[in-house]
Amino acid sequence: MTIEELERKFQDRIDAEEKIEAKDWMPEEYRKTLIRQISQHAHSEVVGMLPEGNWVTRAPNLKRKAILLAKIQDEAGHGLYLYSAAETLGVERDSLIDDLHSGKAKYSSIFNYPAISWADMGAIGWLVDGAAIMNQVALCRTSYGPYARAMVRICKEESFHQRQGYDILLSLSRGNAAQKRMCQDAINRWWWPSLMMFGPNDAHSPHSAQSMKWKIKRVSNDELRQRFVDMTVPQCEILGMKLPDDKLKWNPERGHYDFGEIDWSEFNNVLKGNGPCNKERLADRLNAHLDGAWVREAAMAHSEKRARRTA
Amino acid sequence: MKNWPLFEIFIRSKNGLDHRHVGSLHAADAEMAIENARDVYTRRMEGVSIWVVESKNITASDPSEAEALFEPAMDKIYRHPTFYDLPDELKHM
Amino acid sequence: MIPKDHLFDFMLIHADTSLIISQRLSEWCGHGPVLEQDMAMTNLALDHIGRARLLYQYASELENAGRSEDELAFLRDELDYKNLLLAEYPNTDFAFTVTRQFFLDAFYIDLLDKLSGSADSRLAHIANKSLKETQYHYKWSSDWMIRLGDGTEISHEKVQNAVDRLWEYTGEIFQPAECELGMMEAGVAPSYEELSDSWHQRVNSVLAEATLKKPQSTWQQKGGKTGHHTEHLGYLLAEMQYMQRAYPGLDW
Ligand SMILES: [Fe+2]
Ligand SMILES: [Fe+2]
Repeated sequence: MTIEELERKFQDRIDAEEKIEAKDWMPEEYRKTLIRQISQHAHSEVVGMLPEGNWVTRAPNLKRKAILLAKIQDEAGHGLYLYSAAETLGVERDSLIDDLHSGKAKYSSIFNYPAISWADMGAIGWLVDGAAIMNQVALCRTSYGPYARAMVRICKEESFHQRQGYDILLSLSRGNAAQKRMCQDAINRWWWPSLMMFGPNDAHSPHSAQSMKWKIKRVSNDELRQRFVDMTVPQCEILGMKLPDDKLKWNPERGHYDFGEIDWSEFNNVLKGNGPCNKERLADRLNAHLDGAWVREAAMAHSEKRARRTA
Repeated sequence: MKNWPLFEIFIRSKNGLDHRHVGSLHAADAEMAIENARDVYTRRMEGVSIWVVESKNITASDPSEAEALFEPAMDKIYRHPTFYDLPDELKHM
Repeated sequence: MIPKDHLFDFMLIHADTSLIISQRLSEWCGHGPVLEQDMAMTNLALDHIGRARLLYQYASELENAGRSEDELAFLRDELDYKNLLLAEYPNTDFAFTVTRQFFLDAFYIDLLDKLSGSADSRLAHIANKSLKETQYHYKWSSDWMIRLGDGTEISHEKVQNAVDRLWEYTGEIFQPAECELGMMEAGVAPSYEELSDSWHQRVNSVLAEATLKKPQSTWQQKGGKTGHHTEHLGYLLAEMQYMQRAYPGLDW
């Protein structure tokens, strides 16, 4: 079969909603796009552990400490499921991690913002996990089987993440003036970066059209962002807090909330590495990896020794 | 340095059910793979038994042979109970 | 009948030890040597937080003074913390973390086994649940002792160093405090001599398999059970108690 025929057959399968599996023929560009997207997603889960990890040792009570720790551990699991999905495409986790450390691979910019108060644990769970879930639910139907299955598992686990975050803010919103203040402050800081998580506007999204055609991506950036805003506004009202956007208003004609323009220059700058924590986050991950090298080596050496002894 | 090999993980969610493939992970050896699988894949009571097998030991059928392998079964519909048109009076069979 | 204040103090020794070790383990979260072990250590931390909560809740009821589990966990002075010194020792590196865990697990696996048969049904219930967790912890920590000891030259050196450094904090485990003597007399706690023998047997056999040397020095530090801690605990508490101290009496 010629490449054109293979590509046509491949697209037919996609159009028929058939899932693509690891050993199936696929266009090289499809494979590359998936590796890029899945590994970027995996890196985001793992780097995403850091801002919250920052508060585990300072959580205000035992129950919150346990919940937060379990939540962050889930994110490690998500990273792991996603690396596994990427590995089905013939890349090794270690080389993906090297790309993260060298700056060649990206991760979600949201994690380059600092988590400076306890209320940030609430805002991250509610807004950041909330935005991530929007994206992830859509990805459960993505065309690549191992990716879709990882997403299903992740979505099941995510369901408590947003709730625990909202629950933290709910407690703060019913608390004293200091608690309300930190609650509103966290919402102010995390709202716009959360909207940025959906990526550039559709008109400026370079990879989107082909990804939609291959059904790697199922819903556009702007549509997901709108869904997120529509879902979040009433939740914020229940908290009795304000979202930091003067233009935010229900539009009865559209049946959606209108909202203000994202500061794309900030978005681009954080992406370029100029966010408040880009350097710390990457350094943290790199150090963990380097500091762990002797441990990984020792385990491998020991298992080889044992295999030799029993051989 | 040699990286930890990849293992495929199979979990029985409760007795009476088959082990099912749930994903993979890295471990230095099979014993560690079981421990890692416990920590990674059964945090929410998802399992009562774990199988691990090093990924390189799995031989998979070739998708390009899928038609030859699986299509011949398609016209043997007489293997399925619904193939048989039985009288309505017959209540159970 | 066990005197209530003995039982209360006994709960605190182990609740505090679990809390402090969970605090240390959770410092690893996001920084583990490999993702799979990041998750493994978090599981250990979660088990210990869960155990600390059960023990504090029981202690709170025994005390009957209206102090909640969180007040016990977060609002006592350093002098009132009764955790084993070993638990507060900084993570330092993976070898220290594994060794610290192993020394503690090798003790708890036998203590909990005995306590799970206790006539105090509440204590027996907590011990029984904790025992299953500790059996897994012990497997994790002893496996890693062996992997590191019998791994590479570097890992061998690092874990031997950790064993040597942490050794002086192990004797305290078997120096019974007043409450523990009371618990022994009442037949609730097993004899600490027996526990010590069993601990040494476990340590001997794992160190041997790990090709590690057992330290010869006999000098042992003490003070944890009576509130005299190492310099490390103050910093740990400052961090852990920050929210409760900065914003007293609030719900979170
Ligand atoms: Fe996640
Ligand atoms: Fe999450």
